Amino acid sequence: MAFYDKLFNSLGLRDWCDSAGEGGLMSMADLLAQTGNTANTGPAFPFPSLDNLNKACDNFPQSRELTAGVEDAFLAVKDPLKLVLDPLTQPLSWLLDGALFVFGSIPWWILLPILFLATWYVSRSVAVTVFVAISLLFLGLIDHLDATIQTLSIIFVCTGLSVLFGVPIGIAMSKSNTLQRMTIPILDLLQTLPSFVYLIPLIFLFSVTEAKLYGIAIILYAIVPVIRLTDLGIRLVDKDVIEAANAFGMTSRQKLFGVEIPLALPNIMAGVNQTIMMSLAMVVIASLVSAPGLGVLVLRGIRNLELGVGLVAGLGIVLIAVILDRTSKAALARVNVAHKSQ
Amino acid sequence: MNKQAKSPQISIRGLYKIFGSNPKEVLPHVVAGMGKPELLAEHGHVLGLQDINVDMQDGEITVVMGLSGSGKSTLIRHLNRLIEPTSGEILVNGQDVLKMGESALRTLRQTEMSMVFQKFALLPHRTVQQNAAMALQTRGEPQDVQEREARKWLARVGLDGVEDHYPYQLSGGMQQRVGIARALTSNSDIMLMDEAFSALDPLIRTDMQDLLLELQKELHKTIVFITHDLDEALKLADHLVILKDGAVVQQGEPQEILLNPADPYIEDFVSDINRARVLRVRSVMHGLSADEDFAGDVNSTANLESLIARSGGDTSHKYRVVENGQAIGEIDMRDLVKALVPRASSGERSAAQL
Repeated sequence: MAFYDKLFNSLGLRDWCDSAGEGGLMSMADLLAQTGNTANTGPAFPFPSLDNLNKACDNFPQSRELTAGVEDAFLAVKDPLKLVLDPLTQPLSWLLDGALFVFGSIPWWILLPILFLATWYVSRSVAVTVFVAISLLFLGLIDHLDATIQTLSIIFVCTGLSVLFGVPIGIAMSKSNTLQRMTIPILDLLQTLPSFVYLIPLIFLFSVTEAKLYGIAIILYAIVPVIRLTDLGIRLVDKDVIEAANAFGMTSRQKLFGVEIPLALPNIMAGVNQTIMMSLAMVVIASLVSAPGLGVLVLRGIRNLELGVGLVAGLGIVLIAVILDRTSKAALARVNVAHKSQ
Repeated sequence: MNKQAKSPQISIRGLYKIFGSNPKEVLPHVVAGMGKPELLAEHGHVLGLQDINVDMQDGEITVVMGLSGSGKSTLIRHLNRLIEPTSGEILVNGQDVLKMGESALRTLRQTEMSMVFQKFALLPHRTVQQNAAMALQTRGEPQDVQEREARKWLARVGLDGVEDHYPYQLSGGMQQRVGIARALTSNSDIMLMDEAFSALDPLIRTDMQDLLLELQKELHKTIVFITHDLDEALKLADHLVILKDGAVVQQGEPQEILLNPADPYIEDFVSDINRARVLRVRSVMHGLSADEDFAGDVNSTANLESLIARSGGDTSHKYRVVENGQAIGEIDMRDLVKALVPRASSGERSAAQL
């Protein structure tokens, strides 16, 4: 550190530096260096980082003050933020708890036929329906049906809400270049931020026992593709057709619902497919913050080193992923047939 | 022939369109006479249209012709303001389209103007019938009216039986028939046709031109037709406007333009076409002389080709020209032959250009 000591001395700042009084907090490395009584032999010209400068001159803050500052700032806004967000997001808790309760209390011999019928209605494909039936019956056979239903109901609620909010946001983005420029960095952030990282502020904001905690995490993570692909789909609608709609005097509303959304539907459906897959990915991680379902079993496998439990639950998640993907892809294929000419 | 008596249905006055970041600022340069290349080089703006003045009469087909980049598609989009002009006036039935508010403009597009597009621009997710009823649906007419009108016009353009098909199931020619039916169903006085037949192959194109002429004989719409094909222009036009680099080079009756091209650009254009088929007896005839020695009577609207066939190529004959049973002039076969030769033949023109 001698380099910066000399630098401040030669600049005549020594008095100013010492005026700060005692130096900052000591790091473990510093303590070890002192007790070992070895001279601090760092590089001759270290990088002028805050920690290095602080050693030479106490008036510089240490880097740990940054993380501490971020924490303090977050804690400072936490309470007012919570006051606003808590009631706003409360319906999400109700929805999730409600869905878990409803799907959990329907007896299996009613629920499974309903699921098969729903699959048939969405996909209109015998192969997909039979596959879904076999998979769910298999999961039931190995006593994973309850966890599977819990996972599916969480995905059901979160995907529904993602579409409900994502499609209008995507439409707004496609209409305004400014909004698109502003939104894309946020979407990039949501997609690249490691999923564990945005659990951290959520844990501080809401109580871990509340369903909305994992609900928000899943929705934030899964809403991105449906927004992006709605925006893209509407921007890709044939300009000639839009011109024709304008030439016949359609209002923006007629254009949106009569032309743009129907023509963007294949892209929007591809976004919904991605959203479903991403909420499944997140629902497993969300078991860390009390989301029920197959993720809990995976977590148990990791915590207790119960290899078999973890692997079987993992296999169940793969099966659910395949079921959801095939079903939504079959629905997408049906939409695409109606748009053959494009 | 009493065109002066009635006012034109569409009248374009001093229309300018400049593409670029600040068109208003460079407009004075263009008004002062700056050309397209200079404007691009010195100010970085593209001149779209330059001082366009055209009158389009009620019940006539006005054909706007020009090569690609001449601004013809830009011009037609100004009529219903799909493109905003830089300056000028467009009067439709005496009302300035450019001063209209949003809802007035929408009403104009819904009720007074319909449009047919080069690439058909049908809605792929709706059936042929729903496509044809698009204008009525936009206006909010009841379902049964939509259905009845759409079926009527689809049948009129020869498309009965495919009402419930989707556009992608039809050939290009049939898709454009849907496009025409869609425009007719809106029951507007004015039809804008933007290179409506350019994407079709030649035989289908001829069919569609005949269909349009046949419909026009019955419906008397005011049609603005854009094309880059001179044969098509001459076949359809009551009034022909020739655009070059965003300016009108010549406009008038097609026969007149053919016989008296105003500048080398148009001479070049008209030198390659089959004049015998396009020129009509009326355009080449003289007033009646005292001479009574006619080889026969010929209708004033017959084309020269038919007269040549009739005379067996003999140039010594004279024919009496009749219109509605009345003799209105005479035509000498020698004049006819002279009229077949352009003022500058195509060989000379291209040699001169090289």
